[in-house]
Amino acid sequence: MNSNTTQTTALFHYLLRLADSNLILSQRLCELCGDAPSLEEELAISNVALDLIGQARNWYEYASELDPLKRNPDHLAFRRDAHEFYNFLLVEQKNGNFADTITRQFFFDAWHLATLESLQDSNDERIRSIADKAVKEVSYHLRRSSQWVIRLGDGTDVSHEKMQTAINNAWRFTGELLSKDEVDDMLETDGLIPDASKTSQLWKHSIETILTQATLDRPDYAAWMYMGGKQGEHTECLGFILTEMQYLQRAYPDAKVW
Amino acid sequence: MRKFGKPSPKPLAPSRFNQEDLTGQLLVTDLQGDLKYQASYEKEAIWQVLSQVQDPEIPSVSILDLGIVRHISVHMRQITLAVSPTYSGCPATDLINDLIMEAMEGAGYQNVNIKQALSPAWSSDFITQEGREKLKAVGIAPPKGMVSKASLIDRDIPCPHCESQDTRLLSEFGSTACKALYQCNDCREAFDYFKCI
Repeated sequence: MNSNTTQTTALFHYLLRLADSNLILSQRLCELCGDAPSLEEELAISNVALDLIGQARNWYEYASELDPLKRNPDHLAFRRDAHEFYNFLLVEQKNGNFADTITRQFFFDAWHLATLESLQDSNDERIRSIADKAVKEVSYHLRRSSQWVIRLGDGTDVSHEKMQTAINNAWRFTGELLSKDEVDDMLETDGLIPDASKTSQLWKHSIETILTQATLDRPDYAAWMYMGGKQGEHTECLGFILTEMQYLQRAYPDAKVW
Repeated sequence: MRKFGKPSPKPLAPSRFNQEDLTGQLLVTDLQGDLKYQASYEKEAIWQVLSQVQDPEIPSVSILDLGIVRHISVHMRQITLAVSPTYSGCPATDLINDLIMEAMEGAGYQNVNIKQALSPAWSSDFITQEGREKLKAVGIAPPKGMVSKASLIDRDIPCPHCESQDTRLLSEFGSTACKALYQCNDCREAFDYFKCI
C-alpha cells in the first residue's frame, strides 16, 4: 500500500465512525417515538434523531465513494455486521430512564459540537461543507440536552439523584470520546481532522460548566473506561439494535419498492 | 441524493457565466455570444416554473421563498439546478426534488439534473421577505433577525396570531426540525417558530 491508499483507508474508517455514531444514536432515539415522557419531548427527540440520520447520510455518501468494496450508502448502513460498525459504545447504550437518555445525549452532543466545529477547519472541502451544515443543527442539540441536565440536576432531590446516578453510570463510556488511535493520528498529521487535544479540551469545558450549574458531581477523568467501539468491538447492545434496524434490508436485499 | 439525468457535459470554452462548484467541477455554464439573450430568457422562464413549486411541509410557501434553489444553469439543452436542504435530515428533500422534476417536465423541460448544494450551508437568512410574510400568514412566526447578528437564544418572538411580545419557549423542536414550539402568554395560543439558523 502506498501512502495515498493508506490515507484513503484511514479517512474511510474515520467517516464510518462519524456516520455510525450518528446512525446508531438516531436509531436508539427512534425507540422513544410514541414512548417519550411528554409530547414536546417526543417531538424534540424525533427531530434530533432526524438531524442525526441526515448527517449520517452525508457522511455515508462520502465514505461510499472511498470504499474499496464500492458499497453504496444503504449497503454501508444496513448490510454490515456489528464488528464492522465503528460507533462509540456510548451511543449504543439503552435509553434507560429519561435521565439516562439525556445524559447519553449530553455527553455525545458536547463531543459532537466540539468535533464539528473543529472539522470546519479541515483541509478537505467535502468534510468542511458537511460540518458547516451539521454544526448549526448540533448547537441546538447541545443547548437542549444541557438545559435538561441543569433542570433535572438542579431540580428536586429525586431528579438530582437520578441524574447523578445516570452521569456516574454513563461516565465509563466517555473515555472513548477523547481517545485516539492510528487512524486519528494519520488524519491529524495530514490536516484532514483537527487536533484531538483541542476537541478534548472543549468537551471537558462543556461538561464542567454544565455539571457545575446543575449542582452535579463530575466523576474522575482517570476512572477506568470501556474502549473498543471505534475499532469494531462492541457491547452486547449493538447486535440487538442491528437486528431490528437491518431486518427489512436483509430480508429483501436491494428491494426497490416497499 | 437521487440523481436525475446525466451530469451536464463539459463546455467547449469558458464563458463569463462559468462558475465552479465546491468540488471544482464546472457547474454553471451558459450559452455564449449571440445566444446569451436566449439563455437568460430561458432562466427567467425556469424561475417562473420553480416559483410555482410549493414546500410540501409549509403550504403556501414556495421553494423560491425559502431560498433553497441556489443556482440555475443552462448549457445547450441541459439544465442543472443546485438545491440546498434546509436541514441535513430534512425528510422533504427527496419529495421537493420530485416536485421540481414534475413541474419542470410539466412545463416541457427535459434533461433536468438536480444537484445537492451543501455549501454554503442554507441559512434562514435566505428566506425572502415575501416568504416571511407568507409564513406569518399561516401562523408560523418567521425567523427573527439575521443569523449573523442573532445570538443563539431566540428571544422575544412575537406571536403570529396576536402580535404580543410576551411569549415563551415550550420546546426547542416543533412539528419539524426547522421549527421550535412557542406559546403566547396573552392569547395562550401555541405556535411554531421558524428557527434562525
